[in-house]
Amino acid sequence: MKQHFFTEEHDMFRKSVRDFVIKNLVPHANEWEEAEDYPKTLFKTLADMNFLGIRYPEKYGGMGLDIFYDIVFYEELYRSRMPGLCLDVMVDTDMATPVLFKHGTEEQKTKYLTKMIKGDAVFAIGYTEPNAGSDVAGIRSTAKKADGGYVLNGSKIFITNGTWADYIIVAAKTDSAKGHKGITLFLLDTKTKGFTVGRKLKKLGHHTSHTAELFFDDCFVPENMIVGEINKGFYYIMEGFQTERIMGSVGVIALAQVALEDAVNYAKERMTFGKPISQHQAIAHKLVDMATQLEAARQLAYHGAWLLDQGEDATKEISMAKLNSCEVANKVTYDAIQVFGGYGYMEEYPVARAYRDARMFTIGAGTTEIMKEIIAKRMGLY
Amino acid sequence: MKILVTVKRVSDPEAKLKIKPDGSWIQTEGVKFVVNPFDEIAVEEALRIKEKQTGEVVVVSIGEKVVTEQMRAALAMGADRGIFVNYTGSYDSYDVANILQKVVEQEKPDIIILGKQAVDDDMGAAGFMLAELLGYPQAAFASKVEISDDKKKAKVTREIDGGLEVKEVELPCVITADLRLNTPRYASLPNIMKAKQKPVKEVTVDALGAAVKPRVTVKKLTEPPKRKGGVKVESVQDLVTKLKNEAKVI
Ligand SMILES: Cc1cc2nc3c(=O)[nH]c(=O)nc-3n(C[C@H](O)[C@H](O)[C@H](O)COP(=O)(O)OP(=O)(O)OC[C@H]3O[C@@H](n4cnc5c(N)ncnc54)[C@H](O)[C@@H]3O)c2cc1C
Repeated sequence: MKQHFFTEEHDMFRKSVRDFVIKNLVPHANEWEEAEDYPKTLFKTLADMNFLGIRYPEKYGGMGLDIFYDIVFYEELYRSRMPGLCLDVMVDTDMATPVLFKHGTEEQKTKYLTKMIKGDAVFAIGYTEPNAGSDVAGIRSTAKKADGGYVLNGSKIFITNGTWADYIIVAAKTDSAKGHKGITLFLLDTKTKGFTVGRKLKKLGHHTSHTAELFFDDCFVPENMIVGEINKGFYYIMEGFQTERIMGSVGVIALAQVALEDAVNYAKERMTFGKPISQHQAIAHKLVDMATQLEAARQLAYHGAWLLDQGEDATKEISMAKLNSCEVANKVTYDAIQVFGGYGYMEEYPVARAYRDARMFTIGAGTTEIMKEIIAKRMGLY
Repeated sequence: MKILVTVKRVSDPEAKLKIKPDGSWIQTEGVKFVVNPFDEIAVEEALRIKEKQTGEVVVVSIGEKVVTEQMRAALAMGADRGIFVNYTGSYDSYDVANILQKVVEQEKPDIIILGKQAVDDDMGAAGFMLAELLGYPQAAFASKVEISDDKKKAKVTREIDGGLEVKEVELPCVITADLRLNTPRYASLPNIMKAKQKPVKEVTVDALGAAVKPRVTVKKLTEPPKRKGGVKVESVQDLVTKLKNEAKVI
């Protein structure tokens, strides 16, 4: 069917990604989910397919294409049924590096962004700390001015790609007295002395994702690794959240879409009381509701993505898309398990995994409550 | 080396098809269409030969305007240009061979590669007919193709019942691609973007001077009979009795 935001080229690209995912990822899904790991060389494989720099300019090795190519890529990548792996890749391309592209120096871009696009380096971004998540301004990591650079101290938690990142965009206080006006972003090489990775964190879902706790003990970061201007980090993070949230919405919808398709197929096969359960009206209507809500969520996310791509301030629409898609996807994966009955509760059925994996999205990249706070302000309620 | 490849638009082999109520054809609403998988293999082989030998890969598609979607997909794999034969009526394999003959006469390719059959009607006839009309040597069901150093011959391995047969054919020739010939590449993102700029020449059957007079027409499509559920037999004796008396196969 024709879709407003997608051309014939997008469709061809979708086919390529889908074929790639079916051949190269799907066969490993159970093994990698079980191992809670996958080979880091996957980034190189994806880069060789030109998947990692879809929206970045050609001069950095990217493709310079619109956001909907990126969306196509992630919608299809989620068909691998490894949302953890998808999150790792998404953090690399659309959550950690956009700030580098937007505010980094030309030297930083040619040296580091190109490495990400080539699959030669994996990126993470760290703002969350044990004492500050939603309240980004409350972070306690510090960066003190030293000769030729800054010295980082503190810790970060829940950092995606944290276990194996080659570079991390770290938020730290350069002026502790100033709250959100005292945060600066640094590009930290993880080979820097004083940097250590704590535990790889065990999670409810997103098992293939490499989530870790990080420690900085007198890590020296040279001047030329400051991202953007001093004390502007908070604003860069808030700006970066827009891309994060729209891509997160796309991800969770794609995840739920797979669960929905699984449920529909199962409902057509599973017989009770002499007919397929899809022909019991309660199940049919449930599937209809799931499909309808998901479609509505998807269209709002596409709209937000389009606004973002046009360079509009779409904070309200994007927050609405994030709020809505994450809640809808949780309901859809919940209902998918209901359609599967007891089988849905069994680990060997992928809907069980989808349900757990969806749960992360109302928290990561800004919680549902924080989305409502943003929207409330934009509605002039506070 | 110039290689001509055919690309047919077919319904997605993964799709669950429904027949139109009047039985005239399948219902096409909501059905996804793809490049005939054997044609995709043919395109891949043409690209591989081109990459070894240098030259040009030309794609031909016949049908209504929509078939150019599949032609673009072949161009996105790396083919150089397309010839779109705009034709809206019905046609059979012999008509296709006739049209292709005219295209070959204009283009004079060194090799023509077709899928061994299209997965929609599974006729598998056009390749043979085309070779016959052209008077070219042919090697059908290729599982391996090697071009001689002097570019005058092709050594083609074919999968036949109980083994392999190796044929040597002189160029120009007609080859049809079997399943195990290769694994088609993914259309890369840069190639997808380039595909739009590649030239596609639109021609009509009349302009080609081809005659289209279907000798084979579809009278009616019907669903295959629904399979009945199996039964479990108690013993070997039981099985033998059933095979003898009910299935009447022994
Ligand atoms: C799998 C995973 C991956 C992650 N990856 C990264 C990463 O790569 N980088 C990174 O920096 N972070 C990452 N995070 C952290 C994530 O962004 C935070 O968990 C999130 O921002 C919430 O912060 P918190 O956990 O400290 O919760 P808190 O901020 O402590 O919130 C706890 C609860 O209180 C609510 N709440 C807080 N403030 C308000 C308020 N003002 N009004 C109403 N309710 C409120 C919240 O909505 C939530 O329900 C990741 C998290 C997960 C789970």
